[in-house]
Amino acid sequence: MNNTRRNVLKSAGAAGAVTVAMAAGLLKPGAVFAAEWNKAGFEAKGLDAALAAIGGNSAAVSGDITVKAPDIAENGAVVPVEVMSNIAGTDRIAILGEKNGLPLVADFKLMNGAVGFVSTRIKLGATSNVTAIVNAGGKVYKASKEVKVTIGGCGG
Amino acid sequence: MSDIKIRAGMKGDTAEIKCLMNHVMETGLRKDPKTGQTVPAHHITNVMVTVAGKTVMDAQWGGGISKNPYLALSVKGASKGDKVAVSWEDNKGEKSSAETSIS
Repeated sequence: MNNTRRNVLKSAGAAGAVTVAMAAGLLKPGAVFAAEWNKAGFEAKGLDAALAAIGGNSAAVSGDITVKAPDIAENGAVVPVEVMSNIAGTDRIAILGEKNGLPLVADFKLMNGAVGFVSTRIKLGATSNVTAIVNAGGKVYKASKEVKVTIGGCGG
Repeated sequence: MSDIKIRAGMKGDTAEIKCLMNHVMETGLRKDPKTGQTVPAHHITNVMVTVAGKTVMDAQWGGGISKNPYLALSVKGASKGDKVAVSWEDNKGEKSSAETSIS
């Protein structure tokens, strides 16, 4: 009888340990993303709505931002885009494909020494401007570069 | 096994970080040519890059980033040997992360 009791206690203890381990695993997330995904911005179907969702409607055109992209993209599914902002204190760069079904492509927040630079590859549904919206020192700037697309990359 | 490849190296006083991720990046607008059905959205929504434990980039993405995304950034004040970690999460809650050291 004693033995049975001992076994029951033992297995209860083991199960308890597993539960604790699982809880610990759940409490240790791989990454904590600071902001909630901007659903309104990324699901906006028009340029104005997308700009409004990231506060880019009144952005001033700036010559200190360079949007580097090919003049002609043969494949709209993969268009290399580089944005370089020489504005001091650049802490955010957003990229939009103006005529895409969903214009807002990406929104990068930069901090802790990250330079005002980002390079990536985006989809363009049709020939249009690629626009960068840059936040620096509480102000909003923009710059654009037109890319001619031979084959669209967004489908549908 | 991680599906993020990272390269990080110093160029002068700036660390250049380049990464490639494996992801289908479906916009949710594309139609399957065979069935005519819209392919549901499945794309990365959040990307985070840290250097030496500090967040340097906190990005949000839509489906407009190309399939198998490429991302490069530059960070001042980093030094050789610092740990670089990249992680992403997609709209279905899938996650991936990888890390390397600045060479």
